Amino acid sequence: MGSETLSFIFLNAVLANNFVLALFLGLCPFLGVSGKLNTALPMGLATMFVMLVSSVCAYLINLVLVTFEIEFLRLIAYIAVIASAVQLVEMTLKKFTPGLFRSLGIFLPLITTNCAILGLALFQTFKEYDFLQSLVYALGAGTGFMLAILLMAGLREKLELSTMPTITQGAAVSLILGGLLSLSFMGFAGLGG
Amino acid sequence: MIKEKPTITWETFTEGLWRENPVFVMLLGMCPVLAVTNSAINALAMGLATTFVLLASGTLISLLRHNIPKQVRIATYIVIIATFVTIVDYTIQAISLDLYNALGAFIQLIVVNCMILGRAEAYASRNRPLKAVVNGLGMGIGFTFALLCLGVVREILGAGTLFGLDLFGPRFEPWVVMLLPPGGFLVLGAWLLLFEWIRQRKERAELETAAETR
Repeated sequence: MGSETLSFIFLNAVLANNFVLALFLGLCPFLGVSGKLNTALPMGLATMFVMLVSSVCAYLINLVLVTFEIEFLRLIAYIAVIASAVQLVEMTLKKFTPGLFRSLGIFLPLITTNCAILGLALFQTFKEYDFLQSLVYALGAGTGFMLAILLMAGLREKLELSTMPTITQGAAVSLILGGLLSLSFMGFAGLGG
Repeated sequence: MIKEKPTITWETFTEGLWRENPVFVMLLGMCPVLAVTNSAINALAMGLATTFVLLASGTLISLLRHNIPKQVRIATYIVIIATFVTIVDYTIQAISLDLYNALGAFIQLIVVNCMILGRAEAYASRNRPLKAVVNGLGMGIGFTFALLCLGVVREILGAGTLFGLDLFGPRFEPWVVMLLPPGGFLVLGAWLLLFEWIRQRKERAELETAAETR
């Protein structure tokens, strides 16, 4: 699988194998933070950034693990690295752009338990991508996540203006919306592999 | 230190089954719920694996609760959970390679299942080991039950089988979309609608009886 072109990897991660709608990764923020467009956008950006950072870290860590033949520590190493990367991002933002830090608030630490990040690190290892491919894969996954969460937020904002039966007010309607979005993203299935 | 309630009641066990069911009520740990429930057997395996990790990490965290420094507790919990997940990962790989391939990366992704970390933070770190185990068992069974609810419906509609047994004979036309990603969203949405409908009916009935007795 190491020979895929960069544009194929990118399109595959954004559309055909969208992390949220086709692989079911990162559903917690997708359902939890998609209520309004102006919270969904910073969440998408922060996730994308952490994805890029942790993708690079995971690639380097895996090199070390393979050299010493201690791959069984991969999971523990990855999760520790992701947790510290999130912490690092948090501190950097707090120091240099306090405004952005405040608008992200609680979402930032929660990115640690976003399975899209760990999933990305694991998938790029399974698929044996080289450094550049991993980076493009992370960029694609981040863009895909952003696309999904923005679409969802837009739909839910529209939904607030319409009248619905009382039983659908809650998580159920978000899931049905997610199902419809996922159904439409299946149309891209032919693009990927 | 918060004063610990020493009693273990039936409630400790049952709250995870229904009233605080992690999937249907609290909407925690959604990723594996939707991703691996395309057949009943996958759902069962995932539920059992998660229950094991929940119990084992709950016990260890509860035993160590006085020794873990407050500042690094989350990191400690994650490392403990990751250790048990690695054990489960290798065990499943040894027992059944088919199952391992079907569940894919989602076994390793148990680490970031927010339900387990949530239980560790909210329950195991504040209670005695036995109580944490009883509660964890309830939560685990509740989680497995929810996974089975989805897995059974999706397998019957999408493949016409249940645990691999053919139900409808050769003339059944499978509703393949139920096995694909959209099916997961739609079936879980439908279950939530059903439960909400039952809850509202019950509420209305209670209001009516209250009005009659007055």
